[in-house]
Amino acid sequence: MKGSVIIVGFFVAGIMVAVMKLLPWNGDMGTVSYLTLCALIFLVGFMIGNDAEIVKKFKTLNRLYMLLPLMTIVGTLAGCAITTLLLPHRSLADCLAVGSGMGYYSLSSVLITQYRGPELGAVALLANIVREVFTLLGAPLMVRWFGKLAPISVGGATTMDTTLPILTNVCGKDLVIVSIFHGFIVDFSVPFLVTFFANL
Amino acid sequence: MLQIILIMAAGIATGWLLRQRIPVKWLNPVITVMVWALLFFLGVEVGMNEKVLASLQSLGLEALLLAVAASAGSIALAWALWKLIKRKEGGRLP
Repeated sequence: MKGSVIIVGFFVAGIMVAVMKLLPWNGDMGTVSYLTLCALIFLVGFMIGNDAEIVKKFKTLNRLYMLLPLMTIVGTLAGCAITTLLLPHRSLADCLAVGSGMGYYSLSSVLITQYRGPELGAVALLANIVREVFTLLGAPLMVRWFGKLAPISVGGATTMDTTLPILTNVCGKDLVIVSIFHGFIVDFSVPFLVTFFANL
Repeated sequence: MLQIILIMAAGIATGWLLRQRIPVKWLNPVITVMVWALLFFLGVEVGMNEKVLASLQSLGLEALLLAVAASAGSIALAWALWKLIKRKEGGRLP
């Protein structure tokens, strides 16, 4: 709980600072956060390389963990399919296309804008940003309530980059490899699924 | 994505080369603080994005609903898988 509160605090503080234009510098924030992310990814890699046990543990890890990407994809599509009932102005294919972004908002919003126009593209952008934010902010609570695989699954395509550091922290380093594997597979599924549903 | 993979590979190689020399106790707090910094920067990025802020009012609720549904679906199946693994392993879990 404390973990989530601190994380939300930093995120909200960042938004406030930007909206109230308190930044002393008006440059490219994307580069700053990307470089921070790169440094974090390096450290997570360092931790994996440094720990001789991790590879050993990975070998003894239950093969069922390999099913997690499938759970994520099927769960996401099922959830979004149900949403169609609440959004009568959107077709099933629209909802599934947005959901197929799996948190990969840059790619999915560009693809959907291209195939379905800017409005659904903006929905895809927001929905997938929110999904990533859920993962970053809610990971500690999800672990407590639904087990260690829940935040990895919600993280979708981002679990091998943006959300990997926090998942490493929250789920423990034993699941780092599961998180990377999951992100890798889901990431690859995004362009195919989005293109498929956007063209239905 | 290639860049991320290369950076991680570099980290793994460095960590492996230094595996007997550096105690890793300091690593977790450093990662924690950097995660906070990253969240702050991501917040700034969202706050600076006019496109996101502008569409938030009209399409925000719809996007939130889709994000909640996608997350809930994933959580349900991930939870089921977690329970299955837990049962099969009889409590021996990471």
